Amino acid sequence: MSTSPSDAGTLLSLRGITKTFGAVAALTDVDLDVAAGEVVAVVGDNGAGKSTLVKVLSGVHAPDAGTITFEDRAVTIPSPAAAQSLGIATVFQDLALCENLNVIENLFLGRELRALRLNDVAMEVRSRELLDQLSAKIPTVRIPVAALSGGQRQTVAIARSLLGDPKIVILDEPTAALGVAQTAEVLNLIDRLRERGHGVIMISHNMADVLAVADKVAVLRLGRNNGVFDALETTSEEIVTAITGATDNAVTRRARRGRRATEAVKEADDE
Amino acid sequence: MSDLGTAPAPTRGETTVEEYGGGLRALTSRFRGGDLGVLPVVVGLVVIWTVMQILNPVFLSSTNLVNLTLECVPVGVIALGVGFMLLVGQIDLSIGSLSGMAAAVTAILFVGHGWSPWLAVPAAVVISGAVGWLYAQVFNRLGVPSFVITLAGLLGFLGIQLWVLGAAGSINLPFDSGLVAFAQLDFVPQWLSYTLIVVAAAGLFASGYLRARERRRAGLAAASIQGLLLRSVVLLAGAGVAVWYLGRTRGVGWMFVLFLALVLVTHYVLTRTKYGKSIYAVGGNVEAARRAGINVKAVYTSAFVLCTTLAAIGGVLAAARLAASNQSSGGGDVNLNAIAAVVIGGTSLFGGRGSAFAALFGIVVIQSISSGLTLLNLDSSYRYMVTGAVLLLAVALDAVARRSRASHGRA
Repeated sequence: MSTSPSDAGTLLSLRGITKTFGAVAALTDVDLDVAAGEVVAVVGDNGAGKSTLVKVLSGVHAPDAGTITFEDRAVTIPSPAAAQSLGIATVFQDLALCENLNVIENLFLGRELRALRLNDVAMEVRSRELLDQLSAKIPTVRIPVAALSGGQRQTVAIARSLLGDPKIVILDEPTAALGVAQTAEVLNLIDRLRERGHGVIMISHNMADVLAVADKVAVLRLGRNNGVFDALETTSEEIVTAITGATDNAVTRRARRGRRATEAVKEADDE
Repeated sequence: MSDLGTAPAPTRGETTVEEYGGGLRALTSRFRGGDLGVLPVVVGLVVIWTVMQILNPVFLSSTNLVNLTLECVPVGVIALGVGFMLLVGQIDLSIGSLSGMAAAVTAILFVGHGWSPWLAVPAAVVISGAVGWLYAQVFNRLGVPSFVITLAGLLGFLGIQLWVLGAAGSINLPFDSGLVAFAQLDFVPQWLSYTLIVVAAAGLFASGYLRARERRRAGLAAASIQGLLLRSVVLLAGAGVAVWYLGRTRGVGWMFVLFLALVLVTHYVLTRTKYGKSIYAVGGNVEAARRAGINVKAVYTSAFVLCTTLAAIGGVLAAARLAASNQSSGGGDVNLNAIAAVVIGGTSLFGGRGSAFAALFGIVVIQSISSGLTLLNLDSSYRYMVTGAVLLLAVALDAVARRSRASHGRA
């Protein structure tokens, strides 16, 4: 099940994270560990708390209870800026790119070099280096983002998150809106992030993508942990079962209903 | 992206080769992607000038062109300010009223209270700037659309203008004052005009050369020496001929030089500073700008203040040119001409696209139409109709370009 908090190389660990919005408990007692050079997929059904977890980690929401340990220090993440200065970069699902600006301008937006006389040579060199390291297929960095494909935009957004040299990169549904080839491109990119030693948290709905690239799969169900699986040893059926709740550890009252749902999903999968 | 498959896999060693000529490719893909910039307006200007010259040979006479340059300035300065608002995706409808109010305040302080113009003009400009700040507070704190805030301002400040002017309704500025002389009589000596052009061409080449050297050292594609030389020579020759031609009568007015200087400063700020990028970012995608750590409210505030400040400067220049401030100062078509100018110049109404030169080219188009039709003894009814048609054309072009961008974005 879950790894112990004292694991060697653990970069970020969450313990007992709880977040409620009024009467709605979005997260209850959630644990999560990420090591350097490890890709952890966080999966779960709609409303399982994935987005809330991302927002807690990126400083958008403060948790009501629980501890966050980053590089063996207990930390709080009160704001997005705090998350960035800690070294946690988030690529949100909507990417937050300005389509009217070119790739360089987007990469350096808000942290341009030399405010009163932009050093565009240094920025262009750095942009190209970064994109080359990611083996990104971007025709030219001086093209407006409006002219790029979905996969290329995702690449730009990920490259931008790497500019601050983060330890952890959080990707929220990185492949949700992409076609087959572009999805492969982004999965390659995630592989490269791991090779560079970043810890990666990947939120996803897509079992195939998760199993293709993740090292560990953490399942959330109704705002609670519902198992952590080794991606090499698990199957997509096992994960789907955990997502829909038909396991031994949680919400036993709903087990039967959940199993029925699982079978339905399996049938859908077989078709 | 159709060229995705054909693009060479970039490896670290051959980046210079791959990117060689990247500038040109970026330019063509920009046009195809629907970012036309000032290209359509320059083409339009050539057409308008040709037609007007055929209809009336006086149009391109030195006298008329000198007049044209001076007529452009007041509304052009106002248009420059509106450009900032359109770039952040907002609008200011009260620029006409504010320019009229600034003219009235200047006149009453200068003529009525005997202030020096060196105090009266800044006072009027600061008051107008404060109005912009006030707009921004309402916009940022209450979330009222800029359209509505400034519509209220349009009425409110027209009222203040009338109230300041009082019963007389019109205040004449003395002809021997520096203010009026600046707008009507002060022209740059020919030798100085030529010197300025040489300095500008040399500066253009020097900055281009240094930039190209820096880029080449960094292994990036850079403009060739020949290209840079050509650009400077074209500027030298073009501006030289213009100065020579205008110099056959009165020459280049200082007021026009002021306008050009404002355009160039705005261009630098928009393209070469962090602040300029934040303007485009806010106009392109507010949420992205906010997440990138840009103080979005401050950017909006600066746009409002710049717009109302430039509107006041334009209003003062208009009054100086007329040698009077009256109840109709800043009224009539000033508002719409200023907004139309930036849009005709290629600034998108949807925010995030446009340049400082849009105000310059746009106002020259509008004034050319106005001047040409006046020369034909056609009354203002035709002027409104033709300007309206050109504006519609410009906005239609913007909308089509936007659709093209959308389809390219999906590709």
